[in-house]
This record gives sequence, structure tokens and C-alpha cells, in this order.
Amino acid sequence: MAFEAHLEMDGQVAKIFLKGQLDANAAPEFRDEVEKAAGNNPTRLALMLHDLEYIASAGIRVLIFAKQKMGGGVDVVAVSPQEQIVETLEMTGLTHSIEIIETLD
Amino acid sequence: MEIERIDIYPTHEHRGYKLRPGKPYPFGATIVNGGVNFSVFSKHASYCTLVLFDKGASEPKVEIPFRGMFERPETKEPFWGDFRIGAVYSMVVFDLDPEEIEYGFRMDAPYDSAKKGEPGFHRFDHGNILLDPYAKSIGGREVWGEQPDWNDIYQHRARIVQDDFDWEDDRPLEIPMEDLVIYEAHVRSFTRHESSGVRFPGTFAGLREKIPYLKELGINCLELMPIYEFDEFENSRESPITGETLMNYWGYSTVGFFAPKAGFAAMGKSKDGTMVADELKNLIKELHLNGIEVILDVVFNHTAEGNEFGPTISFRGIDNVTYYMLTPEGYYYNFSGTGNTLNCNNPVVRGIVLDCLRYWASEFHIDGFRFDLAAILGRDQNGAPLPNPPLLEILAHDPILAKCKLIAEAWDAGGLYQVGSFPAYGRWAEWNGKYRDAIRQYLKGDMGLIGEMSQRLQGSPDLYSSRGTTASINFITCHDGFTLYDTVSYNDKHNDANGEGGADGANDNNSWNCGWEGETDDPAINALRKKQIKNAFAMLLTSQGVPMMLMGDEVARTKYGNNNTYCQDNDLNWLDWEKFKKHEDLYRFVRNCIAFRHEHYVLRNRWHLRNEDYVGSGYPDISWHGTTPWQPDWDGTSRLLAFMLCGKHARGGTEVDNYIYVATNMHWEGHEFGLPMLPDGMQWHVFANTGMPSPDDIASPGHEPRLEDQSRFFVGDRSVVILVGK
Repeated sequence: MAFEAHLEMDGQVAKIFLKGQLDANAAPEFRDEVEKAAGNNPTRLALMLHDLEYIASAGIRVLIFAKQKMGGGVDVVAVSPQEQIVETLEMTGLTHSIEIIETLD
Repeated sequence: MEIERIDIYPTHEHRGYKLRPGKPYPFGATIVNGGVNFSVFSKHASYCTLVLFDKGASEPKVEIPFRGMFERPETKEPFWGDFRIGAVYSMVVFDLDPEEIEYGFRMDAPYDSAKKGEPGFHRFDHGNILLDPYAKSIGGREVWGEQPDWNDIYQHRARIVQDDFDWEDDRPLEIPMEDLVIYEAHVRSFTRHESSGVRFPGTFAGLREKIPYLKELGINCLELMPIYEFDEFENSRESPITGETLMNYWGYSTVGFFAPKAGFAAMGKSKDGTMVADELKNLIKELHLNGIEVILDVVFNHTAEGNEFGPTISFRGIDNVTYYMLTPEGYYYNFSGTGNTLNCNNPVVRGIVLDCLRYWASEFHIDGFRFDLAAILGRDQNGAPLPNPPLLEILAHDPILAKCKLIAEAWDAGGLYQVGSFPAYGRWAEWNGKYRDAIRQYLKGDMGLIGEMSQRLQGSPDLYSSRGTTASINFITCHDGFTLYDTVSYNDKHNDANGEGGADGANDNNSWNCGWEGETDDPAINALRKKQIKNAFAMLLTSQGVPMMLMGDEVARTKYGNNNTYCQDNDLNWLDWEKFKKHEDLYRFVRNCIAFRHEHYVLRNRWHLRNEDYVGSGYPDISWHGTTPWQPDWDGTSRLLAFMLCGKHARGGTEVDNYIYVATNMHWEGHEFGLPMLPDGMQWHVFANTGMPSPDDIASPGHEPRLEDQSRFFVGDRSVVILVGK
């Protein structure tokens, strides 16, 4: 499935909805949304992963980029990722820097 | 304003692929602005092409020569180009997706090239697609044990990795060598058994789940058997006994020195080399977070290409005469016992070894390296031992490796035995094979060992007088040979399952089966075996030097008498975690012994003890005793020895510790040992007595019960007693 990424601001929370397959081709589009989100100075960045089916190493790197771009003051969370994505995030160490949560309060 | 680089535009084109001359350094494939830089050395090739595949494709998508007619990107005007500098072919290819391609090389030269099975100096064959010696990721065997496509024209496929892992604050731990307790393990064996209960058995991720176990045991250094890419199907064959596939399981046969074994990664199935590397890096990061260093077992003595009959994978097709030691007739020297010998003191090969170790130390935060058959690294290009081997010297003085542990297996299969004499340059430690042999012989009750045991227990000053105790990696068991349980359960090796008619594996096991060969229901024999294992651990963990234990010995792991399970992907290698329940007492004993070692500086001296009092405590730093205190029995018929460490001499007198007294009685009868008197105000407390059943065999460090009779201790038959004076 083709990749889609779009940003929604919900007050001070930036939500980026990801859908499909996040590989090297798709990574720049995601990166653009992260840049946009950062421009809105959110207090929290929520990566909405429910519809994300696959993530490649290039995608992992944009997640880390998102964390770094936002800086220490912004909480970055991965919301409701599918089991396979959770495994990938755990195995590649992403869960050190990005917390996985089931729902966004 | 940020100025863009001016070398990010193509200057050449070939079949629609945009190119420009590359940079020869660094070697291998490197992601650069807009493309990938490829660089490969061959002194003797005269022609080289880059072969690009879509990931997993059976045929190349393009082959790009490093020399020939190209087109100008704008005008398509043809012109002659050459991308070689010195003996290095390098080019940048633009617009490649590093995640989606695989690459190799073809090489050719105007020399007579030897055919398969024939001796010869060159093995150029334009028909072969060759693996980059610097490949950071290798596909083709990415899911362990999955039958490869044997018709694939490119079996081991170089891939490109992103090296920008997020290490956060991690760095190598730099634990002082004298404080290490090393645990030798095989990645797959550690969690492959279903009893491990991990989600991804047999992988880096599985091992990561078991870090709490290692932490609780108390080890602070994990030494991993080979994790460089190897081919588990190399020389694979059917077991004559069970019919199952015998494999190159341990992995002592390297395909690529820079690539982690993809089949050890749960992410291997993603066919994404970066994910594989990230999984391993994440494991290392978490081990570091838990205070555990990582040492890699590295195999630079030979490769997976075998002898004249072996497959051409990489080195031999790129520059056979550079990478391998060859006889004057063009046969492969075989100092490794496995078919070929890497030409380690050729300057180019020295370079790749150094580059490789630097890569692992810097990119993977590896804390140290154990060099398999390291004596080969000190041989010249004709195989003669060098007095001052440049490779060993370079590694010892390298800036990036400056804090890495360097440990040699100081012998090879060509008969060069350098335990005690390995060229050390103030850095190198050795697997002390003489420690293993002496402890095993003493343990089984051999006579005539008291003198030697006194050397081994104090860090083998007879071998390492100028190098200190940390030159001695003390071990009783390792992956080669019996497990500790098998050392006390088998007199002879039982290697039938390996399908070599019993010809493989060492015969000098120095083992004793305690009265019955193999498994038995006899409670007396089983009790004696367990006591012997405890004796071994008690001696290992109170010896000066650096202790190393083998995975599973803490829970009586057995390989059923097989002392060379290099090919067994089954219970002979896999750690059975159910053993933990059955041998909880043994586990507790080992854990407490390790904790005791960590607790006491006096057991972990960097420099050798002097057998004299140089701080004015009234006691020598180490003193020797027999059944009568201060009177060790050096007699050739003796089987008992005790020693006392003076707490005021800990670490050269810079630390104050308790006094420690260790009595070893390997006689089959008990003996009463008179105890040396302690300074006023101190009393003996009992930390361990292997003669007692659990839980009275060992105390928690710091909670040792006071000994009632301070003047003597009855040490049971084949028992070790450890007392603390405080």
C-alpha cells in the first residue's frame, strides 16, 4: 500500500498519522511532516501508527530524527502501533527514546 | 548561506546510471551525498566491474566497469574514463536506494588463473561475482538454517548499511581487566532451546531478553563466539546417527569480517542490513546499560573459502596471492587446520584486520576481542613465526583500540604454542591453556601438581612475570572441549554424532567421570560430580587473573561427552533453561562465588603477588599452607594446598580488604587443616565449604557465619573451603 503521512494539530499536540509502508522512498514525506510539526512548537508529538504496516530502517531513522528535531522538552510517543511494528521498534532500540502507548489521552 | 558540496554531481554515465570517480578511502560501500561510493582493492586485477542487483534478484540489473567508454551526462558524448587510483577501484553511483540494492564485483587479470582443485597463485575468473571484503551487511543466509538457493550466481550478497544508530550516551565500559568475570556464550545456543521462553529464540533480540539472567549471575563481560557473517551450510552434511543436518554451527569460518551474522538477528528476515546492525547495536547498548561488556571472538586466521577445492566467495577471486599464505607450489598453507591461512602479515591484510577491528570498536562499541588461533597472526608470509609481528604491534598501539581488551588464543593448528610467550606489547592477554590443564588434573586427583597449582592460583607469574595477572585469562572450560559437567562425567570424548568416526576433538581432556561413564542414577556419583563442579568454580573465582566461564556450566550443562560440537544445531549446544530448576543450588553457588570475587579487591590484583610482606602487616601478601599452617606440602604425592591472602596487601596495599583463606583438598579422604592465626581482633568466617550440602555449601558474601573453632577446619574429601578473616 502506498505511504501517506499527514499532520493534524490538536491544541499543543501535533499528531502525524502514518499509513502504509514507511521505507526509504516514503521517508522524505514523513520527514516533511515532522518539520511542519516542529514549526508549530508543540508540547507533544504523537505518531499515530495504527495504520502503519511496515517500517524499514530509513523509517526508523525518521522517528529518531523526529525525537531529535523536537528537542528534549517535547514528549514524542508512538500511538497504537501494530504488533509487527512494535517488535521492530523494540529490536532496533527505538523504545529507549520513544514511548509506545495504546491511546492518546 | 550553506554552500553545497561541488562533488555531488555526476560526471559520467553508463547505461543510464549516473557516475563520477569515487574516493578510494574508505574501502567498501559508503553512502555519500546523492549516491553510494564503492571502493575495492586488488593489486593483481587489471579489470574490475561493479555488479548491481535489485535486492534478492537472480540477475544483475547493471554491470558498470571501472574503466572504459562512458557518456557525458548532459550531451551523451562518449569518452574514455578510468576510476582507478593505485590498486584501488572506486566510483560513486548516484540515485541508488541503499536499502534496495545488493552489489558485488567482477575481477579479471592477464595471468594464468588456477582452476578449481589445482594449485596456483591467481584465481581470477570473470564468471564469478565477488563479495566485497568490506561488506557491512551480507544477504543470502539471512534466516538461520533456511535452505539457500544453490543455483544463485551470487551466494553471499553485499548490502549497504546506515551507520547512524542512536547510541545516546553509550560508550564502551572500560571495566578494568582485573575486575572482569567473562562468560563465553554462543548467540544462538543461549536462547534457541524452547525452554528459554524468549520471543525470538536464538537471536540477538533473544539474548537481550536474557540480560537480567546474566546480571543476576553477576558476570560483567559477555564473550560471544563468532558473530561475523558465516555460512552455516558450509560443509553441511547428514548426521550418520540421527540423519539431521550437521552444520558450520559455531561459525569459526568467516565469510565477511565487517558484517554481523544476519541469521543471528530476528530482523534478518527483513533483508535489511541496517536493521540487523541496529538489533545487534541495541543488544550491546542494553548490555552496557546493565554493566556488561562485550568481547567478540574474531577469526582472522582463515576464511570460508577453504583450500584449492573450496568456493570462490571473495578474497581469492579478488587477490588470492595477497590474502592467503601459499606454498611455493601455490597450495594453501593450512596452519588453521581448516584449509587455508589468511596472510595476516601482508601489509594489505594487516590493513583490513585493523580496519575491521576499528569498525567494530567504533561502530558497535565493542569492548574487546578474543583472537581465534592468534599464533597465526604472528607468522610471516611463509608461515615462519616472527619475533616482532607487525600486526600484533599495530593492534596493541592503535588509537581507536587503545582501551579494547585484546585476548589471544595463543596457539594454532600448525603447532605454534605461545602460552606465556605471546608477543604482548603491554596489551595482549592470553587464554591460559596451562591453567585449564593444571586445574583439571588437580581436580581429578593427579599428584605432583602442588607447585604448579601455586603458580596458577596466583595468576601464573611463571608465565607472565612482567605482564601482570591480567595477562592470564583463567578458564577451566570453553567452547572447545568438554563442559564442566562433562569434565566430571566422562573419561573419554564421545563424538560419534559429528560424523567423523571419532577422529575430531581433543584427546587430552584431563577429565574424570567420578566412577561411571556418562549419565547415571547413582546418587553418590551425582553428588560427587556436583561437588567437583563447585570445587572448580571455587578455585576459578579465587584465582588471581581474569576468570572466564562457559555458558551453562553454572547449571551443569552437558554435551553428553561430545567435546567438539562445532556442527550440532540441537540440544548438544543449546542451553536447556530447565536445568536452572534442577541445579538451582549449583547456580546459587556460582552466583555467590562471583559476588564474593566482586566484593574482594584482594582477589583481583592487577599485578602479581610478591609472596612477601611489604606493608608491615606481619603477613605476606600471599602465604601457602598445608594441613599445618605455614607448612605447605610441596611433596610430589600431595593433593592438598591452602593459601591465605592478606587483606592489607589488596591491590599493592592501596586497598584494605578482609583476609581470605582457601583450602583445597583433592584427596579422596578428608583432612584437618590447622588455620593460620589472624591479626588481633579478627576471626575466621566460613564463606564456602563444598563438602557441605546446599544451602550450607555457601553463604551470601558479607553474611558468612563465624567459625566456632578458630584453630582448625576439617576439609572433607575432594573439597574446597573458603574462609574470610574479618
